[in-house]
Amino acid sequence: MDDTIAAIATPPGEGGIGIIRISGSEAFSIINRIFQPKNAARWATQKSHQIYLGKIVRHKPKKVVLDEVLVTLMRGPHSFTGEDVVEINCHGGYLPLKLILQLVLEQGARLATPGEFSKRAFLNGRLDLSQAEAIIDVIRAKTEKGLDVALSHLEGKLKEVIDSLSDKIIRILAYLEASIDFPDDEIEAMSREEMLASLDDCLGDIAKLLKGFQTGKIYREGLKTVIIGKPNVGKSSLLNALLKENRAIVTDIPGTTRDVIEEYLNIGGVAIKIIDTAGIRQTEDLVEKIGVEKTIELISQADLVLIVVDAATGLTEEDYQVIELVKQAEKKFLLLVNKIDLKQNLNQDLELGAEDKFLTISAKYGQGLEKLEQAIQDLVGSGELKTDSAYMITRERHYESLRRAKKHLEDTKSALLSNLSYDFLTIDLKAALTALGEINGQTASEDIIDRIFKDFCIGK
Amino acid sequence: METYNAGTYDVIVIGAGHAGCEAALAAARMGCKTLVLTLSIDQIALMPCNPSIGGPAKGHLVREIDALGGQMGINIDHSYIQIRMLNTGKGPAVHALRAQADKWLYQRIMIDTLEKEPNLTVKQATVVGLLVKNGRVQGVITQTGAVFGCRAIVLTTGTYLLGKIIIGDVSYSGGPNGQFAATELSTSLRDLGLELGRFKTGTPMRVDKRTVDFSKLIEQPGDSSLYFSFTSKNINRPNISCWLTYTNERTHQIIRNNLHRSPLYSGMIKGVGPRYCPSIEDKVVRFPDKPSHQVFLELEGLNTQEVYMQGLSTSLPEDVQVELLHTIKGLEKAEIMRAGYAIEYDYLIPTQLKLTLECKKIAGLFSAGQINGTSGYEEAAAQGLIAGINAALQVKEKEPFILKRSEAYIGVLIDDLVTKGTNEPYRMLTSRAEYRLILRQDNADLRLTEKGYELGLITEERYQAFLKKKEQISKEIKRFEETVVSPQNQALQKMFAEKNSTELKSGTTLLELLRRPELSYADLAAIYPPETELSNDVTEQVEIQIKYEGYIKKQMAQIEQFEKLEKKRLSPDLNYENITGLSREAQQKLAKFKPESIGQASRISGVSPADINVLLIYLEQQRRKAVQKDD
Repeated sequence: MDDTIAAIATPPGEGGIGIIRISGSEAFSIINRIFQPKNAARWATQKSHQIYLGKIVRHKPKKVVLDEVLVTLMRGPHSFTGEDVVEINCHGGYLPLKLILQLVLEQGARLATPGEFSKRAFLNGRLDLSQAEAIIDVIRAKTEKGLDVALSHLEGKLKEVIDSLSDKIIRILAYLEASIDFPDDEIEAMSREEMLASLDDCLGDIAKLLKGFQTGKIYREGLKTVIIGKPNVGKSSLLNALLKENRAIVTDIPGTTRDVIEEYLNIGGVAIKIIDTAGIRQTEDLVEKIGVEKTIELISQADLVLIVVDAATGLTEEDYQVIELVKQAEKKFLLLVNKIDLKQNLNQDLELGAEDKFLTISAKYGQGLEKLEQAIQDLVGSGELKTDSAYMITRERHYESLRRAKKHLEDTKSALLSNLSYDFLTIDLKAALTALGEINGQTASEDIIDRIFKDFCIGK
Repeated sequence: METYNAGTYDVIVIGAGHAGCEAALAAARMGCKTLVLTLSIDQIALMPCNPSIGGPAKGHLVREIDALGGQMGINIDHSYIQIRMLNTGKGPAVHALRAQADKWLYQRIMIDTLEKEPNLTVKQATVVGLLVKNGRVQGVITQTGAVFGCRAIVLTTGTYLLGKIIIGDVSYSGGPNGQFAATELSTSLRDLGLELGRFKTGTPMRVDKRTVDFSKLIEQPGDSSLYFSFTSKNINRPNISCWLTYTNERTHQIIRNNLHRSPLYSGMIKGVGPRYCPSIEDKVVRFPDKPSHQVFLELEGLNTQEVYMQGLSTSLPEDVQVELLHTIKGLEKAEIMRAGYAIEYDYLIPTQLKLTLECKKIAGLFSAGQINGTSGYEEAAAQGLIAGINAALQVKEKEPFILKRSEAYIGVLIDDLVTKGTNEPYRMLTSRAEYRLILRQDNADLRLTEKGYELGLITEERYQAFLKKKEQISKEIKRFEETVVSPQNQALQKMFAEKNSTELKSGTTLLELLRRPELSYADLAAIYPPETELSNDVTEQVEIQIKYEGYIKKQMAQIEQFEKLEKKRLSPDLNYENITGLSREAQQKLAKFKPESIGQASRISGVSPADINVLLIYLEQQRRKAVQKDD
């Protein structure tokens, strides 16, 4: 932790602005060596939390101006990491960023490891654990809802919920401990009923949080969706139609093949991640059937399956096979009857069976898409879209800790109901508190350190 | 002053209160030539305050002292006038013995024990200075010019250092109970570079039994014969009652009217008092809505008329004490025999001590008891025992004796004091122990007697008896594991019906049955008795270990986690300034305390979990660097 670290804080690609962030004891002296301010007198004051206009200049091997920049000085501890921080706002674009970063590294900074800035912020007490993790979620948010959840965590809303839970538990604990240590004193009793009520309260809160996890996870990671069906049913048209209306972000990772391109849709705030879009396009192009094995594999990866059938040509054995495969895998699915703009060869009531829900659409002409969006939202349980975002936990880690806290509180409750004595109750209650403490970093342990920092990425 | 050479000893114990007695006896029993110096031989083992030993957590300490071979348990068993088990309605981890002592008898027996102990010399003297050379103790010097040489000193001066008695507007130099204070030793300690703080504590008035109207009070009887010591049996002791009454609004009004004459509120008392033992004026001010407070009347002995007024600790002026007493039901005509008073005293800031209770700065100087900022006879005795043991071990050049938080309340006590310090007189509470279920008062011997034996404080005879008990317990548990019971057993069915226990559908073991909360060992043993009759001690252990196995396992798992951090050692040479990422406060505290492990570091106030995470990362980085170097 002695090194001064630096990294590009903005995502790769071309943009109007790119930011290089430097944090550590050498940050100020490094910038002083490479920055040529427009207003020298003002720069001389080195006043914190000010923006200075100027140029980044390389002196060796010969003097070169790398870019015109805005530099912000933030003196620790009042900075993101708690250390001295310098941010260089330069023109976004691969080259200026690369050259300036290179220069900064030559001056003695080290390239930050993934998540190192946030790590320092956490270790310096500038963020608690759930906030540090929330930053990652803000960055990665793909839809407004996802952003909303992440921001509320960043503001400490999750922390508030956890703190209030802890307080309730501590109140019960305090009473139990007092009556154990001072048996002769007349302590204002907390009746059994009161304790049970409080425990039920806490269990209710945790249930809410656990329920929010599935939804929260979807908001954070997106709903993995696959579009399957025999060739030429219109999968590609459907994809295009959806993308036209609902495209969210396209992530283009340089140096990778087209196969790995992810397409995101934003449907009612939920990020729908269409997988194997390449496959979809390919099979259309080559009029090739994708094998059964491949179909099964795709289905297994998905959270949601969109099965497309052609109303104009009618249902064939193959279609039934596909539907059967999806049902066997027990995945959520929507049956889409496409090409209703053409003459129908499908008796919907008879052939599709009464139990199978289906939607009629025309991908080519954009008909029925609104109903499709609504159906997707319903499937995701968007009744919960109205859930307070503070109650949405998004991380596996949080889910785990809450599950354990729940178990301990349930043990407490059953111990109380079996009339076990107070000192047993305190064991389970304290265990519940420890589990909750893992979420905010109040519980120190080696395992936690390892697990949490795996997720962080460069620049943040 | 002319000095003279008065002799050389291995260990010198300064002060013969509860800490001093344990220290002196332990050192002597471990084979060291020991000298104990006291301001007054008549005040050895004095109980200046509550005439009781035990209670939650305190009772646990006494059992542990006894399990290690200390004296307090045996002493109280021979001198109590009432004994009760508290918290019987709660689980075994918090059952606590509490006894009321015949004060005078308690002292006499202890004085006798000290005087008759081989290897131990008792002298009356006032120590005025410690002799230290090159950071190591050499001896002590007394007021009358005697110079005693030694290799280790145990300081157990209680509340006598620069003691000041305060009653209302009157104050004077003095130790507890009308004794004189030790005035020069404090200066000597400061000159040696030790830091002292100032605390206060108080005691209530004593009242003449004959002037109390007991018919107006509520009686609280004692229990059947119980003992603190694992070695006691069949000692015939009385079991008298104590009595309860309450203060009322008139009492409180008098107190409020006279607060300006109360030393605490008039600013006369600088020391900080204990939260857990507040004076009556504290209680009235802090809890103004409470209409009444409890007052327990405890007899101080069989051959005295003095009654201790528990709950009325005070330093209000004497005239106010008289007035408020007369407003209390049953005490309308009560006569005060000794007035209540507050005492202010110097104490040694305990973070200057190692876990062995030796001073970090001065080799060979150990400190134990109220001088370390604790309150209570039991807390003092526990420290005294450990300090005496470690002084002896040092003289013998052996490894020191340290108990962990997961092994004993004594471990919790010393770790708390030395690692966290204390800003009020420290009192042991069960909630301070993380592993309460493991540290029960019933299993103190199973946890500690083996260690006591290895130290030489447990006789061979006692040790053999202990081993036998252990064997009986494990055998009986095994029998329960292996004995299968059949649903056909009539007696069993009858018992189930009586106890409202579910009928058996298939065969099961006695062990499984005992796990049911509604069944006891006695119930099952009546139908399936053991071959040889077993004592209560043994059957109690069998019952607890089987019934609470699930919870005991949970605690053991928690202890394992705890041990992980305790095992991560921190070198005393570690430069905390080099570790960036630590908060300033943590850096300062860690540099000052020099904790021995990450576990201990986590308990220092000002060191947060985040700081611990930093230390863990740092240690891991160091470890990796070392590994890389080897590659």
